Amino acid sequence: MKNYRTKIISNQEISPGYYRMRILAPGFGKKARSGQFVMFRVQRSLPPLLRRPFGIFRTGFLPPDCDDMPPTEYVEILYKRVGRGTTIMAELHEGDRVELLGPLGNGFDLTSSGGEKILVGGGIGLVPLYMLASELVDNNSVRLLMGGRTRDDILAVTEFERLGVETYVSTDDGSLGEEGLVTQVLERKLQKYPDAEVFACGPMPMLKAVREKCLEYQAPLQVSLEEFMACGVGACLGCVVKGVGHTDETPSYLCTCTAGPVFKAEHLDWTGLGNNDSECGGCS
Amino acid sequence: MRPDQTTQSKRPSLAVEIAGIRLRNPVMPASGTFGYGEEYAPFLDLEDIGAIVTKGLSLKPKAGNPTPRIAETISGMLNAIGLQNVGIDAFKKHKIPFLRTLNTPVIANFFGNTLEEYGEVAERLEDIPEIVAAELNISCPNVKQGGIVFGTDPKAASEVVRLVRSKLSKPLIVKLTPNVTDITVVARAVEEAGADAICCINTLTGMSIDIRTRKPRLANRTGGLSGPAIRPIAVRMVHQVVQAVSLPVIGVGGIVRAMDALEFLIAGATAVQVGTANFVDPSAMITIINGIEEFCIEEGIDDINQLIGSLR
Ligand SMILES: Cc1cc2nc3c(=O)[nH]c(=O)nc-3n(C[C@H](O)[C@H](O)[C@H](O)COP(=O)(O)OP(=O)(O)OC[C@H]3O[C@@H](n4cnc5c(N)ncnc54)[C@H](O)[C@@H]3O)c2cc1C
Ligand SMILES: Cc1cc2nc3c(=O)[nH]c(=O)nc-3n(C[C@H](O)[C@H](O)[C@H](O)COP(=O)(O)O)c2cc1C
Ligand code: FES
Repeated sequence: MKNYRTKIISNQEISPGYYRMRILAPGFGKKARSGQFVMFRVQRSLPPLLRRPFGIFRTGFLPPDCDDMPPTEYVEILYKRVGRGTTIMAELHEGDRVELLGPLGNGFDLTSSGGEKILVGGGIGLVPLYMLASELVDNNSVRLLMGGRTRDDILAVTEFERLGVETYVSTDDGSLGEEGLVTQVLERKLQKYPDAEVFACGPMPMLKAVREKCLEYQAPLQVSLEEFMACGVGACLGCVVKGVGHTDETPSYLCTCTAGPVFKAEHLDWTGLGNNDSECGGCS
Repeated sequence: MRPDQTTQSKRPSLAVEIAGIRLRNPVMPASGTFGYGEEYAPFLDLEDIGAIVTKGLSLKPKAGNPTPRIAETISGMLNAIGLQNVGIDAFKKHKIPFLRTLNTPVIANFFGNTLEEYGEVAERLEDIPEIVAAELNISCPNVKQGGIVFGTDPKAASEVVRLVRSKLSKPLIVKLTPNVTDITVVARAVEEAGADAICCINTLTGMSIDIRTRKPRLANRTGGLSGPAIRPIAVRMVHQVVQAVSLPVIGVGGIVRAMDALEFLIAGATAVQVGTANFVDPSAMITIINGIEEFCIEEGIDDINQLIGSLR
């Protein structure tokens, strides 16, 4: 991990209120694993004071402008405009100076390779799933279940399809794909593939519903969580979630930024999760 | 190490001394914003800063508060971490081995829930040779006496400092809370009780409400405000304390840039601590140290001590 003082390569609105930003980051891809994130400083001046956490959508190389130049390495984030920081980000252009700390955190655990993998994304929660899918497709059969409120919340599905991922879309209003919740689709898939492993990222109500289904079908589950963060490196202790077995007498707090953001579902105390009303970027 | 600039011009001396500890420069992290040092090792050379100050340590591990624990405000942040820490024994076992490898003085910040606990932590700190000084956080409620915050009552502050002093031969820095009517009263009380230096300020109690949910943004309802928003208050309080006592003072509160640190030094602080700014830029302290050095060169100052307390 490193602090990149760098600049924006491109920044585009891809769906109403959703943006894709490419940032110059030489050497970033070699270190980054799926599920990790960056702390993004939206501008040199203050406010906003704190950096914003964003999942890594993917890393890649742009072809060089001329033959004897090395290719340009970038990291790509997808973000939803929700507040002060992301509104400033939405106005940024190619060449604007930004800072990026990363790659940070603990990504997905891919040790049980081989077999059926079901990825569940809610709205902007699909971000960490793209790199995960690209790491999984070679040795696994990968399905993406993508949910959102309306068609506008369904992002980047064709990119998953290009990887060779089978995708299933559902929206609350039926404006794209099946009408209803993504967990309905999940239930059908779990019935069909009883040995599947599930990976999920999205708003807390969705994660809770996904967990219920996975408990019911005894499917292993990894989730990526969002918490308010100040440092992103385990120093401020602002981003903790309760670990399994947490009690007032035997407390267990885990830092989302270092022990997470990806957790195995069985390592978390789910009763305490999602009690804060953080505006989750998805379809909550 | 920072690049050697001797070829350009004679480098000013940035070294300062606080309660007998020599620091290579006057810049160190503020407790609770720099973990136990190792968290920031990937981003800056820990041998370039003046000292390392640990997260506040207690006798037993402390779980801290429910979440949300942090909320951003305009030019600041509120935190109610609740002093989560690994406890003094785990600190000694798991954190000291890394800190031992560094050629940088380590200052342990600590607190207690009762008078007795303060004393016990002090005793244990005395036995850790790698700790060169202790920073006593008195912004904590006394759970045995109706939760009155030690640092807001000159008598309670004096009592805890006296007790800790009796257990600790190492230099003792006392960190004051700004949540008082007159900070000089507490400053004088801790000076009399045997403090070797004063650090100020801790966070200012604040609150922020989400108008849509009509709930406080922090689970703890209130929290400590830090960051640039509190800097003018911190500068004022450091100035007052410097006038009131004859102890060296460490200034802290809202320092982000070198010019912020210089304000504190000119007001009379012998050293400064950088807190929230570490979150914004993990190498903020290095930028600040370099900026102080540049300022000295520009102003023709060859020893930082000439600048300290030079307020006109
Ligand atoms: C590990 C992680 C990965 C994330 N990945 C993405 C992503 O890929 N794409 C995306 O659009 N969003 C993502 N988020 C959420 C994103 O960080 C917030 O939407 C963003 O910080 C909002 O900033 P703002 O200034 O626009 O909102 P404001 O509400 O003005 O922000 C105020 C403060 O609250 C914090 N905050 C607000 N909402 C959230 C939230 N949901 N999670 C954490 N902090 C929050 C901000 O960081 C800031 O400190 C992620 C969050 C985490 C923790
Ligand atoms: C997240 C966080 C945790 C803190 N924890 C401690 C602590 O454990 N002990 C302590 O004495 N001060 C603690 N502080 C206060 C800081 O050390 C410092 O006094 C205060 O933040 C003001 O400085 P700043 O504006 O540069 O951040 C904490 C501050 C923050 C933001
Ligand atoms: S964000 Fe600071 S500890 Fe996780």
